[in-house]
Amino acid sequence: MKLLTHNMLTSHVKGVTKGYPLLIKATEVKVNEVEFNPQFVSRMIPKLEWSALIQAAEGVGHRQDLPDTLVSNYENDEDFLHKVHRVLLEVEVIEGSLQCPESGREFPISKGVPNMLLNEDES
Amino acid sequence: MSSSCRRPEHMAPPEVFYNEEELGTNDCAGFTHTGLSRMIEIQTQMSARAVELLSLPEDQPCYLLDVGCGSGLSGDYLSEEGYYWVGVDISTAMLDVALDREVDGDLVLGDMGQGMPFRPGTFDGCISISALQWLCNADKRSHSPPKRLYTFFSSLYSSLARGARAVFQIYPENSEQLELITAQAMRAGFTGGMVVDYPNSSKAKKFFLCLFAGVSGVLPKGLGSETVDRNVPNQVQFTGQRSRFKNMKGKSVKKSKDWILEKKERQRRQGKYVSQCFSERFVV
Repeated sequence: MKLLTHNMLTSHVKGVTKGYPLLIKATEVKVNEVEFNPQFVSRMIPKLEWSALIQAAEGVGHRQDLPDTLVSNYENDEDFLHKVHRVLLEVEVIEGSLQCPESGREFPISKGVPNMLLNEDES
Repeated sequence: MSSSCRRPEHMAPPEVFYNEEELGTNDCAGFTHTGLSRMIEIQTQMSARAVELLSLPEDQPCYLLDVGCGSGLSGDYLSEEGYYWVGVDISTAMLDVALDREVDGDLVLGDMGQGMPFRPGTFDGCISISALQWLCNADKRSHSPPKRLYTFFSSLYSSLARGARAVFQIYPENSEQLELITAQAMRAGFTGGMVVDYPNSSKAKKFFLCLFAGVSGVLPKGLGSETVDRNVPNQVQFTGQRSRFKNMKGKSVKKSKDWILEKKERQRRQGKYVSQCFSERFVV
């Protein structure tokens, strides 16, 4: 699971109102080279929940010294976009779990695929 | 047996139908090698058409959702086109195949009927190839198809960016099923409808449910700005269009004069006896 996907995932357990951000408990993290596309990265930045991204990146140990708050004029800062690209698309959580901050429900991640299936009483 | 046995969703729930033991027998049942590659080709064609119907902004890398991504065949097409995608599927076995194939998109194990677990406004579009009909079945006693469809559509609506579209290729069983699907989609806030390709052909006929999340209006231009660029159409034009001859890639249309002449020429080169046809006989 890429951190971009993590930034978009929420807990959809019945009764949970916010369920975001999911807490990553990673036991295996991998870095996969992905082709850099500055246009896509700068398009995605406004959609991101920046603090959740920083928290997630910190948690898996790949923060790349990204700032706590989003810098302005990032479109032209190639170096910054490279770092965001790395965190968003190259860092992948392979094994571990995601925990819903509200209900405490854990969604296991195996082989890089988060299992978001709910039990019958949760949907 | 009746035709219903040909529909996989009547045999078993998706996670059972597409499990590991069945994978070899079901998805490629009785297919020869060429049959299989033909199936992949059809899947790719349908993905291409679905993406065309999404009418995404050009020269912009989009972030898409593939519902029922399976082994990632449609995802391959998305990656080729330069899109980034997230695939959701309920079958671990199919997702394992996707992992083995090292698809570019990110994969999530999830059940459509339980809703899409994504933040509002995440995706620029959603495609789904032959997956929606699985939702119309109650595989467990607790399943209610209308309720599951509604949960799916309402969560999908919120996870799409305003103005985004969702295109579902489906094989509807009957008109009641179509009505069930569209009614729940409309209830969830979508507008749109069915696009039927090649409605007169029993083999090539394809159904695409095209749903729009919010209006896709163009931003009005400010007064006094002279550099008005060409208006990009953001509505699909000619959706029911028959584009039968589009993908022929330089080949002539079957049974046309050129096609006959080319075929004759080919056979002549192979040294076969070829009768002269009317037009050739009278050419001076």
